[in-house]
Amino acid sequence: MRTGTQAAPPSVSGIAGNGAERRPGVPLLAVQDLEKLFPLTRGVFLGRERGHVHAVDGVSFEIPRGGTLGLVGESGCGKSTVARLVTRLLEPTGGRVVYDGNDITHWKTRALRPLRREIQLVFQDPYSSLNPRRTVGAIVAEPLRLQHLGTRTERRARVREMLAVVGLNPEHYNRYPHEFSGGQRQRIGIARALVTTPKLVVADEPVSALDVSIQAQILNMLAELQVEFGLTYLFIAHDLNVVRHVSDRIAVMYLGKIVELSPADELHVRPIHPYTEALLYAVPTVETSARERLRGRVVLRGDPPSPVAPPSGCRFHTRCRYATEICSAVEPPLVDHGGGHLAACHHPLDGRTPVQATAT
Amino acid sequence: MALLEIQDLHVRFATRDGVVHAVDGVSLSVDRGRTLGIVGESGSGKSVTALTVMGLTRLPNATIEGHVLLDGVDLLGLPDDELQKVRGRRVAMIFQDPLSSLHPLYKIGWQLGEAIQAHEHVSDKAARARALAALTEVGIPSPAERLSSYPHELSGGMRQRVMIAMALVLDPEILIADEPTTALDVTVQAQILDLVRALQADHGTAVVLITHDLGVIAETADEVAVMYAGRIAELGPLGAVIDRPEHPYTWGLLQSLPGAETSRSEPLHPIDGAPPSLISVPTGCAFHPRCPYVLPVCPAKQPALLETTACHTVACHLPTALRREIGAEVRASRETRI
Amino acid sequence: MLRYIVGRILWGAFLLVVVSALTFLIFTVFPSADPAALRAGRQATPELIAQIRHTLGLDRPVYVQYWIFLKGLVLHFDLGYSYQNSVSVKSQIFTRLPVTLSLTAGAFVIWMLAAIPIGVISAIRPRSLLDRATMGAALVAISAPVYFLGLIALFLFSNDIGVVHLLPGAGTYAPISVSPWHWFTSLLMPWCVLAAAFAAFYARMVRGNLIDTLGEDYIRTARAKGLSERRVVMRHGLRAALTPVVTMAGLDIGILLGGAILTETVFNIPGIGRYAYDSIINSDLPAIEGTVLFGAFFIITANIFVDILYAFLDPRVRY
Repeated sequence: MRTGTQAAPPSVSGIAGNGAERRPGVPLLAVQDLEKLFPLTRGVFLGRERGHVHAVDGVSFEIPRGGTLGLVGESGCGKSTVARLVTRLLEPTGGRVVYDGNDITHWKTRALRPLRREIQLVFQDPYSSLNPRRTVGAIVAEPLRLQHLGTRTERRARVREMLAVVGLNPEHYNRYPHEFSGGQRQRIGIARALVTTPKLVVADEPVSALDVSIQAQILNMLAELQVEFGLTYLFIAHDLNVVRHVSDRIAVMYLGKIVELSPADELHVRPIHPYTEALLYAVPTVETSARERLRGRVVLRGDPPSPVAPPSGCRFHTRCRYATEICSAVEPPLVDHGGGHLAACHHPLDGRTPVQATAT
Repeated sequence: MALLEIQDLHVRFATRDGVVHAVDGVSLSVDRGRTLGIVGESGSGKSVTALTVMGLTRLPNATIEGHVLLDGVDLLGLPDDELQKVRGRRVAMIFQDPLSSLHPLYKIGWQLGEAIQAHEHVSDKAARARALAALTEVGIPSPAERLSSYPHELSGGMRQRVMIAMALVLDPEILIADEPTTALDVTVQAQILDLVRALQADHGTAVVLITHDLGVIAETADEVAVMYAGRIAELGPLGAVIDRPEHPYTWGLLQSLPGAETSRSEPLHPIDGAPPSLISVPTGCAFHPRCPYVLPVCPAKQPALLETTACHTVACHLPTALRREIGAEVRASRETRI
Repeated sequence: MLRYIVGRILWGAFLLVVVSALTFLIFTVFPSADPAALRAGRQATPELIAQIRHTLGLDRPVYVQYWIFLKGLVLHFDLGYSYQNSVSVKSQIFTRLPVTLSLTAGAFVIWMLAAIPIGVISAIRPRSLLDRATMGAALVAISAPVYFLGLIALFLFSNDIGVVHLLPGAGTYAPISVSPWHWFTSLLMPWCVLAAAFAAFYARMVRGNLIDTLGEDYIRTARAKGLSERRVVMRHGLRAALTPVVTMAGLDIGILLGGAILTETVFNIPGIGRYAYDSIINSDLPAIEGTVLFGAFFIITANIFVDILYAFLDPRVRY
């Protein structure tokens, strides 16, 4: 556990570089109409395409410097693919990824390499995301080594610094991952992500595999680190409560698209999209008042459809209890319902007509 | 008399690293048609308790003491072949991951039929008919076709429904569900919990629901047992434990949760430290190293499970009045923060 | 699925052509005895050797020889004639095929009958005395070379030179059509010797796979259903554990059908393996090509067969 505050680590500016040009006022990360289609092939010698998996199909959002965007959705919605597209582990098949004003959508490996200092990932499974054959020190030092930052001595000092920052004993850097608990391993993963002083941290379900009490520790730590190092987060999870706690804004994804994008505080009091409503109803809750409120709820039926053949029109219409004819014919655009709260629905729950006229 | 009574259960495993005290003096009971929720984090002993009831912990390195009474008969004393007749027939169990819990190489219909024919002499045709009825009852679309499907051809929610069908096909008296919704999407989770509730109402089955999710417990259980380090910390009716919790661990769990109505700008209140290893359980009260209210007596003496209000028992050395006060504060702070 | 099979067959045919070319190349590039000289015998004159060379077509350029060979193979399914005795290679191989088949089939039955029970028992009682003993014995059986075991077997049990006069010795093979009993007894020792290493290897594999399988969640579910432990192990555990074993066995059979050279030589059994060995010694290129191609054919076919079989055994695999 972190105790008290620490002065900014002195070696930060010395060992971790500057990265791409700084442009104040521009959001740190902006994606526009991001698309990733995975081809399905069939055939004997030459794979013939027989369809696509529409993993991500037109996603747009912005994250301001120092902010946190929460991305929430169920399995198959494409949120993990978004994480990989934003960090350029995958190349988009459409749309743009703009980092700090630079369009990195189609940058090649060599051009991306300096960026890797600034954009880091934290993974879900603390048991499989650390190489069991390497010491913790080697694992955390690796990003520095790959970026050719600092001498060996400087790197070692930095690693020990980071281990302390995440609440681990710096003397343990010669230990192996299996000697640590799940929560501690996740801290190691976070230390590894922060060792190069990144600007953008993409956390893909960082606490889902942890016990509740450990989860809370890690969430608190992530919040503190964000303030201390001026980090920007893209926080991906399936637990609405967790996402709501850490985010400024939340994007709800369904089958490759964003169906609602709202300030975090508003999402649970004013859900506009029926899917968000269903998610909120579905989350089991301890609070008595919330339980009573949800007593008369309707449970969403069926399973999420396959991303290979998404439904026509609004992708949610097959499970939506408010669906009408237009829903299966026309895909609703993502429009502003006031106060930066966007939703894509023909029959939004707030009953208001959207601020912009709906285009067909 | 309760349908299932676990009395002073102790389960220890001898391993290379030492003796694992998986279950350390647990006493629970479940009445007919009621739901007991067992909540705890990893290493709390909740799963081992359930597996022991089923007789699935009879391993060479295991030492099991205590009594597990099903309608008065001690299951722990039964020889293997007798216990086999109970298992799957009177007490059934479903597990967390339905993909790995179903045999990948056999069709659903076959697996369901096997469950039936393990305990009853029925023809293949009759077994198939009953399997079909079971699939229909759990709400699987096109059940006749699904009988010929393999597990990997179904979605996660469908597979869990199949598991439930398989467990309930012989109309057992007790269904033990070990983290049945943890591996599922949230919307599917809600469906499965609703399904279990409906089936319970139809069949009158008692349910033991094991989970780490307090929210699930709050929505489904009649009685709650909070387990920590192989022991019971708190036990009582749902309302009592959730709304008037009296154990520091329960408070800690409630406060760690980012709830629907907690404020975003305040940090969460996690419990310091981590759940202990079951090989070296802390002395006295197992929770004392992490407890913010620890007293000198806590490391020295293990607290007994004592009644605080009707049917609500707590194992804690703190004075009752103080516990109630803190408990009320904890609950209030969760409810009113917006 | 059909496209998959067709694709594999086409690819297999292509591979066979490549193999035949490589064999040709190796034969011509690497020094070996001059087949013409061997054929000519001891009192050969250079003219005789040259004449034989011409008859056998050895004086033509290598690529022409290969082309002639390939044409004969593809158009007439003719493997040419032995340099040694001008006998049709194809007829030689087909005569010997039943012998190798007998040897392979018998060995296969014995090694599977031995491996599976041993593997199962070892798996359900891991690290017990029985398990350690059998796995230790397996290690010895795998390490002992076939010719060593074969000679030991002959030394101990053969009718003519053995310590105990139990079974017919080397060179006493008789086809099943002539005398079933004699066929059986003459193959008993070769079967056991050939099966020994495989049985040991497969027992270890069954044991390993079964131990892994018994740790899976669906085994826990099977027990929770109240099934007898026997049914859990055999119907649920073994079924899953054997899938990779069966496919491996298919491949091994394919290899053996190309000729168990060592066994056939030690026991002087007139199979394809023996023929292959003889043809190499005699630099008999057509015969070498014949046996190599046959061996390759069986291996390729076994590969395709085993992959398709896997799709039937494991419904998660689909082409």
